[in-house]
Amino acid sequence: MYSEPRFLPAGDQALVMELGDTFEEACSMAIRSLVASIRAEQVPGVTETIPSYRSILVLYDPMVSGFDVLVQALSSLFSRLDVHAAPKGDVLVVPVLYGGEVGPDLPFVAEHAGMSEEQVVAVHASRDYLIYMLGFTPGFTYLGGMDERIATPRLERPRERIPAGAVGIAGKQTGIYPIDSPGGWRLIGLTPMRLYDPHRDPPILPSVGGYIRFRRIDGNEFGAIAAQVERGEYQPEVIRQGGAT
Amino acid sequence: MRILQPGITLIEDSGRFGYQAFGMATAGACDSYAYRLGNVLVGNQGGEASLEFALMGPTLEFEEEVTFALTGGDFTPTLNDQPIPLWHSCKAGPGDTLALGGVVSGRIGYLAVAGGIDVPVVMGSRSTYLRGRIGGLDGRALHKGDVLPVGTGSIGTPGRQLDDEYIPFYPTEIAATVVLGPQDDWFTERGIATFLGSTYEVTNSSDRMGYRLQGEAIQHVKGADIISDGIPLGAVQVTGDDQPIIMLADHQTTGGYTKIATVVTPDIPKVAQASLGSLIRFQAISVREANEAYRQYEERMKRAAWHLED
Repeated sequence: MYSEPRFLPAGDQALVMELGDTFEEACSMAIRSLVASIRAEQVPGVTETIPSYRSILVLYDPMVSGFDVLVQALSSLFSRLDVHAAPKGDVLVVPVLYGGEVGPDLPFVAEHAGMSEEQVVAVHASRDYLIYMLGFTPGFTYLGGMDERIATPRLERPRERIPAGAVGIAGKQTGIYPIDSPGGWRLIGLTPMRLYDPHRDPPILPSVGGYIRFRRIDGNEFGAIAAQVERGEYQPEVIRQGGAT
Repeated sequence: MRILQPGITLIEDSGRFGYQAFGMATAGACDSYAYRLGNVLVGNQGGEASLEFALMGPTLEFEEEVTFALTGGDFTPTLNDQPIPLWHSCKAGPGDTLALGGVVSGRIGYLAVAGGIDVPVVMGSRSTYLRGRIGGLDGRALHKGDVLPVGTGSIGTPGRQLDDEYIPFYPTEIAATVVLGPQDDWFTERGIATFLGSTYEVTNSSDRMGYRLQGEAIQHVKGADIISDGIPLGAVQVTGDDQPIIMLADHQTTGGYTKIATVVTPDIPKVAQASLGSLIRFQAISVREANEAYRQYEERMKRAAWHLED
C-alpha cells in the first residue's frame, strides 16, 4: 500500500484513487473505509464509487466539482482516515448443496487436490472469504483467501450455461454465479439463495469489504430454502462483526 | 403503440445509476445528446424512456393520440408513407403507421414520445440491460406484436423544430477528444504517439457494450493485464492484441485490461453514432480542459432546450 494515494484522471466525470499496486487485505480495508466516509461526508460532486482490489473509481458531476477540487477533498479525507477504527464487514452466509448433480466437478477437484470430496467441502466451507470487488455481472463477487490446497485449473472448454447460484472454483479463486451465464469454473455446488434479484430491496446482497461464508446444507434443507426463496420469504443470514458502514 | 416490425430496438432512458459498485452496468441511451433532445422536443421533463434502435429501425402503429419526435441517425422515417423530418415533434393518432428503415446516416436513432414509454421501473430505471435481463420489456429487445404503454398525462408539444445549429451530422471520419489515463503509464512513448497519431477503424465487433477498433498496434510496456479496477463510460481499453475498445453504455463496471485514455462525455454521442468502417482519430486534452468542456456542453444543451421551449 502507498503512503499517499495516487489520483489518476479517468475522463471528465471520473477519477481513480489508487491506494496500492498489489492486492492485499490492508488495501481492501482502507478502500472499504474510504468508500464509507465518502458516503458519510457526502463529498460534493461525487455521484457514485466503484471500489476494486487496490483503487476506487470515483464518478463525479463536473458541474459541481472538477478534478482538482475532488483530489483535494479526497486527499483530506484520506489523511483523516483511521483504517483500524473501521468495523469489520458483515458475513453473508451462503447455504450450499455440495457435489452430486449440482456439483459435477467436485470429484475432479478432490482428485486434483488428493483429498476426499468430504475433505474438499470441509476446507471450502471452513473460512470467511473477503469480498474484494463485484463486477463481471450484477452481483458477481471476487473473493480472496481460498485455501490453495483446493485450487483447480478452469475447464478447458467452458460450459455454455451455468445456472444462477452455482458455486465454483477457478484457479485460486472461488465464487458464485449470480445469473445464468456461460463459464469455465469447476462447479462444486449450488446455493438456493439469490444473490441478485432486481425486484428485491436490496437487489444485490454481497458488498465490497464484507465476507461470504459457505454453509453446507443437505437436499432437504435445499428444498426448504428454495421454496422460501420462491415465495419471497427467505431471510438471508447475516452475521454482524462490527458497526454499520 | 404496437410493434409491426421490431428492427433492432430497445427501450432506454438515461440509465440505471447507483449500483455500479455491485457490478450492475448503467445501460441507458448510447447517444445521450439525441436521447435528451428527443424528450425536450416532445415536451417531457427529461429522463422518460424512449425507443433506441441501431442500424435497423422499427415499424409501428400508434394506438393512441401521441406527440413524438425522431432524433439521432437517419432511418428515412415515414408517417403513413409520407416522409417526416428528424429533430421535429409531430402528432399522430390511432391507426397511424410510423415506418423506419435501415440507417443511412449515423448508427443509432431515438423515438421519443410525450409521457415516455411506460414500462415498469426496475432498480430505478426503465433502461433495458440485455446481459442482466432487466428493464424495458422483460429485459429483452422488442419483438413483432409487442404493445408498448405510453405514459399518460402529457399532451406534449407538437410542432417543435430543433435549430440547425444544434443538429449534429454524423461524419465517417471522427475526431474524438480524450483525457489520457488512468493507465497511460502502461504504454511506451511510441505507443502513446501511435494512439494519438493514427486512425482507428470501427469494426463489426461493436455493440452497446463497446466498439472494437482496428488500426496500428498500441505498444504496451509490459502487457495489457492489470489488477481489475473500475471502468468509466468512454474508457479506451487496449487489450492483449494492442487494439482499442471504446466502452459504451452497457460496458462492464470492472475489468482487467489497461485503459490508455477516456473519451470525454461531449464526444460519446459522436463515437456512438460511428458506423461500421468509420475512422476515429484521438486527440488529447487535459482533465481541467475536459471539465470545462463538459460545463460548456451542458450550457449548450440548456440553450438548445431554451430555443425549443420559447
